[in-house]
Amino acid sequence: MTFLIPSKPTRRSILRGTLGGAAVSVALPFLDCFLDSRGAAIAATGAPVPVRFGTWFWGLGQTPGRAISNKMGAGIEFLDECKALIPHRDQLNYFSNFNTPLDGKSSLVHFTGWVAARTGEAPGHDRDVRLPTLDVLIGDHVGANSRFRSIDISCTGNPKDTYSFRSAGAPNTAEVSPIALYTRVFGSEFVDPNKGDFKPDPNIMLRQSVLSAVSEKSKKFVSSLGAEDKARIDQYFTSIRQLEERLALQLKKPPPNEACSVPIAPGEGPIGTEVGVVQSNHKLMTDLLVLAVACNQTRMFNMAYSDSTSSLRMPGNTQTHHNITHEEPTDPKLGYQVQSSRFATWSMEAFAYFVDAFSKMREGDGSLLDNTLIFANSDTSYARIHLNDNIPMMTAGKAGGRIKTGIHVDGGGNPITRVGFTAMQVMGLPLESWGTGSLRTSKAISEIIA
Amino acid sequence: MKAIRTCFIGAVLCLTAFALGGCGPGEPETHGSPPTIRRLTESQYRNIIRDIFGSSIKVIARFDTPEREYGLVSIGAGKADVAPSALERYDNLARSIAAQVIEEKRRDSFVSCRPQSVNMPDEACAKQFLGSVGRLLYRHPLSEDELQAEVNVANTVATSRSDFYAGLEFALSGMLVTPTFLFNAEAAEPDPQRPGMERLTAYSKATRLSFLLWNSAPDDALLNAAEKGELHTRAGISRQVDRMLASPAIETGVRSFFEDMLGLDAVEKLAKDTIIYPAFSASVATDIKEQTLRTLIDLLVFRNEDYRNIFTSRHTFMSRQLAMINRVPIETEKKWVPFEFAESDPRAGVQTQLSFLQLHSHPGKSSPTLRGKAIREILLCQPVPPPPADVNFDTFNDPIVAKTARERLTAHRANPSCAGCHKVMDPIGLTLENFDGLGQFRTAEGGAPIDASGELDGIEFVGGAALGKALHDNPATISCLVTRLYSYGVGHIPTRRDRAFITYLQERFAAEGYRVPALLRQIAQSDAFFAVSKPSRKPLEELKSAANSAHEQEQGL
Repeated sequence: MTFLIPSKPTRRSILRGTLGGAAVSVALPFLDCFLDSRGAAIAATGAPVPVRFGTWFWGLGQTPGRAISNKMGAGIEFLDECKALIPHRDQLNYFSNFNTPLDGKSSLVHFTGWVAARTGEAPGHDRDVRLPTLDVLIGDHVGANSRFRSIDISCTGNPKDTYSFRSAGAPNTAEVSPIALYTRVFGSEFVDPNKGDFKPDPNIMLRQSVLSAVSEKSKKFVSSLGAEDKARIDQYFTSIRQLEERLALQLKKPPPNEACSVPIAPGEGPIGTEVGVVQSNHKLMTDLLVLAVACNQTRMFNMAYSDSTSSLRMPGNTQTHHNITHEEPTDPKLGYQVQSSRFATWSMEAFAYFVDAFSKMREGDGSLLDNTLIFANSDTSYARIHLNDNIPMMTAGKAGGRIKTGIHVDGGGNPITRVGFTAMQVMGLPLESWGTGSLRTSKAISEIIA
Repeated sequence: MKAIRTCFIGAVLCLTAFALGGCGPGEPETHGSPPTIRRLTESQYRNIIRDIFGSSIKVIARFDTPEREYGLVSIGAGKADVAPSALERYDNLARSIAAQVIEEKRRDSFVSCRPQSVNMPDEACAKQFLGSVGRLLYRHPLSEDELQAEVNVANTVATSRSDFYAGLEFALSGMLVTPTFLFNAEAAEPDPQRPGMERLTAYSKATRLSFLLWNSAPDDALLNAAEKGELHTRAGISRQVDRMLASPAIETGVRSFFEDMLGLDAVEKLAKDTIIYPAFSASVATDIKEQTLRTLIDLLVFRNEDYRNIFTSRHTFMSRQLAMINRVPIETEKKWVPFEFAESDPRAGVQTQLSFLQLHSHPGKSSPTLRGKAIREILLCQPVPPPPADVNFDTFNDPIVAKTARERLTAHRANPSCAGCHKVMDPIGLTLENFDGLGQFRTAEGGAPIDASGELDGIEFVGGAALGKALHDNPATISCLVTRLYSYGVGHIPTRRDRAFITYLQERFAAEGYRVPALLRQIAQSDAFFAVSKPSRKPLEELKSAANSAHEQEQGL
């Protein structure tokens, strides 16, 4: 019996898992022929390359008139504070003039703005994050086949500097040290997809039986509770389910992945709010994150470069970034707060590094950035007076060809939620509307949808 | 009519309680609140593991700290859930603890039976180990079904791995991630003495007691007392409270409460600019917390002194590196030595300790506002509203004109929207201005002499030690401690309905000379401490808004 091996492997033959009658147990690297009609890469398993989603956060906004010109539409004109983003302007969108209507609620400084942008609801009081943030909704939708449902990072040294919440009681607290991040992702439980000798760890199956018993016990536990108490610990059950799914995934051989390489463990370094330390940790953790995403360890990530009440500081200076935004006099000649603007510039340099790292990572015939959507926002626009309207927001990446880039979008006073709603639609969430009160929207920004 | 009925019910309750062992004389009627579900705090988790398995078991993990509610992590724990990344960390920690416990060198001290063969399951021995450990972890004896489920896990693993002890290890790791362990879910049952009313189950009572007094799970003796029904009698509760107050673990309990009330957990992320403050380091941050807690335990537990002395006492403990910052000489090889500040020294009382001064400052400078706010909110339980969103700082900004914090804040208070709140914070905090952001003594800032005069509620004085005297004499410090300690124990924010009981506690506290162990006894033996109402069946949204308005009411309490 002879088999004809096609001169070119067809998508169908890959999907059937057979080549010339032999079961394909070792999948193939990316080839041009695995690109679909829209140019999106098809992984060797036959599934499209996943589109990933992530957020990037920085505190205390930008100086009015120093970040971006008023020219709207294609061809973003970045100004001094965003100079570092110029090489990436075709990979970004910038959103101006989106507002945060509060429907009579108080403006909670450094809190209301980001909560509204990320949950669709203005908080009623301090610490009130009633609804899940958009990244959680997206992660639950796209994250099922990756090891971690999300990777959350803060560069300030404080795990509580997170802008991702399942509920007020379940924040996604952040990794703060490069070595801890490395150990979590690339430590002993990491399976290198490019090594041939995959053997599932037999302990995984035993852990599955432990977790299955935990799950049963949890059901009995919850059956003794009233409705309110059940709702109180609802996330615990989501968490158990996700851990079970993760173990199931670890029993499967990951397909070879030429974009994936295993980094060298970073050394122990300082952690804290001194701006040089923050920048250095941001770079180290960005590099690790990019590899984690390329190696399909996660499809959802959150990076906080600084906190919303930015505690970043220059060595030897008695003031933090936050103090400076309020207390620094406006330079009479230049017409702006010089130190404050310097901090804003550093933030954008960090974001440029982040975007650059995703765009340098090759995947298929494009870059990781092409298959990713990054949503970046701050907590306020002009921090000196805590303005919640016109909070700077950007997206980076093409989301697998689903989004157009290089556009400065004029929000015309529309609610801030339109950006998050568009991001969720682009990521495939079947949402008709999002947000509460005047922040409710059902209109995606068609200008950027491909 | 309503008042009469309330009185009648109150009288019946008291009579019933008296029949059970005697109603506290004059204890007003309380309504209780629904049983709570609180996620174990980091310190509770660590204490439980240490108490069950000993201090050689390393608990290496990052825990999520719940947001403080009403100034306390222990109340915030009543809203804390477990996010996926948190469960991942709990799971890693559980496997690490279980592996250490079952390590060959340790296992015999925890597993009292011996399996028939180490290569196969042994149901009886697994039952014995998992039953006894499970009772302590779950804070109640395991039902037959519960125990069998644990044993089944052990048997499955033991069979698969041909290793009896691996079975125990995996089963134990599973127990450490179940909600029964991670959440302290109180349970109520119909009260046979009061038809139509509910009471906490004996095991929930045991857990309330042990978390209040030891900040750990009930020990064997307390669970035994619960099992025998002794915690449903006043005499039985008294016996246990006496025993628990006499135990060395009371030190852990009191430490945990003050760590929570004073927010000392924040030292873990305390950052100072080391160019401005070269003496600062992570180990200094650890020491400042330890200094305050040692001082408080010594004064309040070992010496059983008047609580108000924490604001005036010159007695403390000193480590080498803190001695340098305090600029006092110590000669010792020991890590900590008792130390008495001289009468002429500007330091006296907890508000002049490095922990308070450093935590309520900026990384590179002091902050009279943050310090004044902390005195109001932490020591006097008087919340200060958040700052307005639209402040114009133009008048505040010229460092050439405003050299000292006083000058800067005087300019700041020119803004009427700021003045309202700043005038209740700054005059207190300015009296601590002789201490910089690291807590080092100074007499000048930016070349200008410091004026440390100020006032608290109409009493004028100069300096941090005199502030201590004003705090000592301020009745709000007493109501604050009493309210916080009671809330810490029962796990809910006090409402108007708790007011009469809190007033009663304050009176008893005064009658006992403001002794904290006596206050703990008073709370632990009260009917109010164990009182529960039926869980509300209202929809969640209504409950949330009711909780918020109760909180707001409390702010005006």
